[in-house]
Amino acid sequence: MAKASVANNVTRSNRKWIIGYSITGFILFITYQFLIPWEGLPLGIYDAVYRWMPPTAINESLVYVIMALGLNIVVGYAGLLDLGYVAFWAIGGYTAGWFMSEFFYFLNINFFGSVPAEAPGIHINFWMVLIIGGFICALFGVLIGAPTLRLKSDYLALVTLGFGEIIPQVFFNGENFFGFNISNGTKGIVGVDSIPVGVKDLGPFDFGWKLLIFLLLAAVMVFVSLRLRKGRLGRAWLAIREDELAASMMGVPLMRTKLAAYAVGAFAGGLGGVAFATHVNGVYAERFNFTISIFLLAMVVLGGMGNVWGVILGAFILSWVNGNGLSAFGQLYNEQFGTEVDFASFTFLLFGLVLILMMLFKREGLLPESRLKLMLHEGELDDEDASASKKKVGK
Amino acid sequence: MNEGNGVTLAKAVEAKKFSGTPGQIRQQRIERVGAIVFSALFAVWMLVNLFAAPEQFAQVAISGLRNGLIYALIALGYTLVYGIIELINFAHGDLFMLSAIFSSFFITYWMGAEESNSYGWFAFGLCLIAVMVFGAVVNVLIERLAYRRLRHAPRLAPLITAVGMSFLLNFVGLKWNGSTPRQWPTVIPSGDINIGDVRISMITIWLFLVGFPLLLALNYLVTNTKQGKAMRATSQDRDASTLMGINVNKTIAFTFALGGAMAGAAGLLYQQSIGTTSYNLGFQLGLIAFTSAVLGGIGNLWGAVVGGLLIGLIQGLNDGLPYAFGQAWSQSVVFTILIIILVFKPAGLLGKAVTEKV
Repeated sequence: MAKASVANNVTRSNRKWIIGYSITGFILFITYQFLIPWEGLPLGIYDAVYRWMPPTAINESLVYVIMALGLNIVVGYAGLLDLGYVAFWAIGGYTAGWFMSEFFYFLNINFFGSVPAEAPGIHINFWMVLIIGGFICALFGVLIGAPTLRLKSDYLALVTLGFGEIIPQVFFNGENFFGFNISNGTKGIVGVDSIPVGVKDLGPFDFGWKLLIFLLLAAVMVFVSLRLRKGRLGRAWLAIREDELAASMMGVPLMRTKLAAYAVGAFAGGLGGVAFATHVNGVYAERFNFTISIFLLAMVVLGGMGNVWGVILGAFILSWVNGNGLSAFGQLYNEQFGTEVDFASFTFLLFGLVLILMMLFKREGLLPESRLKLMLHEGELDDEDASASKKKVGK
Repeated sequence: MNEGNGVTLAKAVEAKKFSGTPGQIRQQRIERVGAIVFSALFAVWMLVNLFAAPEQFAQVAISGLRNGLIYALIALGYTLVYGIIELINFAHGDLFMLSAIFSSFFITYWMGAEESNSYGWFAFGLCLIAVMVFGAVVNVLIERLAYRRLRHAPRLAPLITAVGMSFLLNFVGLKWNGSTPRQWPTVIPSGDINIGDVRISMITIWLFLVGFPLLLALNYLVTNTKQGKAMRATSQDRDASTLMGINVNKTIAFTFALGGAMAGAAGLLYQQSIGTTSYNLGFQLGLIAFTSAVLGGIGNLWGAVVGGLLIGLIQGLNDGLPYAFGQAWSQSVVFTILIIILVFKPAGLLGKAVTEKV
């Protein structure tokens, strides 16, 4: 059958993407850094860009790309359904809040921070906080995973969901967490340090330059995803995704491999959390809710589980629709037809439909990964030629 | 002191002989230790609170059990569906939410009953039937349109579809109820009955008077009728039951109808006892109800009931007692229980551990 081409597809992966990615990124950067603020630009184009794709929206999309790529490693590669990914986002965000702001005002630690040395609070360099945040999240990923990963897939989904509810609630009630203030509670941590890049510190409004940094982070995640997939660990993940029992019989250490998936996925969540904290210039507890977890899952499912480019596409489409597209469209529609339809409320419908319709009709996503496509339609093959190869009867 | 504890613990753990493979023995030992430690902690916590504030204890325990009954009714839907097709029906909580909104509209707008008199009771009775039919129909529709097509797909697919369904129902609820919670008049009499210092509201009594017969009826249906037998057969082995002449599709649809009807009744009871509806009600209550189903042992009817009452009790005690985490941590407590149960005893309190066949 099509097995040969599948094997080909797995091994055929090169670094040509870097060129395309750099060019796209460069065009985006030039557009948003120089072209949009340029005074000679016709007002119509300026308005259109600000209505349909403002700089904040594109930066936010990139943060979602980073996190969707992390979730893709857990869900798409290792096949472990994670419904509480928002927990890692929250932990990453609060790491940025702790180490890059005046939150711990009684301390005075400054480690290559972008503020004057006498400023109160802990101020650690953005690039280091990225790594710290990533590692704290990875640690939490392992802590959450270690006792729970032996559970069946749907129980695992529930446990992750539970953690995805507990951890944000800890931060939400964190104003008095056993006597300590760990998060400022509902007020959130406002004001996160700017990003030092040598010549300049990037504050909350340097959208163009921050776009470049987020592009870089997303590129790192793409690179890591692609390389891991090709390597030993990635192949072990795919083996577990396709048949856990067979994989363990072939000598894949189940626990260690799954934990690795959790840790890498969580690391990306941490990167995204720190990046998002600098993007919105603060950390707010009520942002971290279950909807975000499902939102990220919908991105991975829409784009194509397991395929890095599909996931990026899915993340861009959905975060654009949610952040800007739907409201911009609604505004246009209401202006055109003189109606008062509240389009923002249609996000639930949209995400629900995306998940259901994709699962019913195109389970492999917009840009399918060939191997996963075969796997997802295995059951249907069984139905069609039941006499030929019906190996799993019933459930 | 510590050493003494350790020795007793070890004795208690080893009290019953373990059997099975080394892996199973290890699992049994973990379960035993976990069960002893957690029930001891739980008992100490209850006792401390009982001595600190006895009246308050009884008060919050009763209101906790009242919520527990509603959890139990919802949990039955989860447990029935999981028992038969091994799917966590995430949309079930939202079906409950829609039922609550349906009953508010039915009683207040369509029937025009606003106070507790004989007409109010008539509306309540009619609404109970209507909302059960409503829940059953919606649940069967969901099964027919989405889950049935995915019955042979890998498990991830129906699970994600269920999450999508939950969002879809959430949207319907948002459009129907509006984005803010709504207050409704109730037709159940609101008086209190005092037993000593403990106050029991009439609502609680009526809730149990309506809810418990439903549970008994469901139990009768599943254990004593032909259709119930077909359900149990289908959950054991779908192919074999097809060979025995059971219409599997019909049986699964019937199971969804039963679960939906229970969610419908729960919706009505919730709306009548709490008096408010909001579109995002289903997610929280659904999760708590699912936790109850898991706690009792998923797939086990009485397990869902016991689990629901127990979770309601724990939540009530946690929210209202002096030595507890308080309402702000209510959800964290429930989810911690979920995680502990899943880690230490995935089969639940009343469930039997099933080894996976290959």
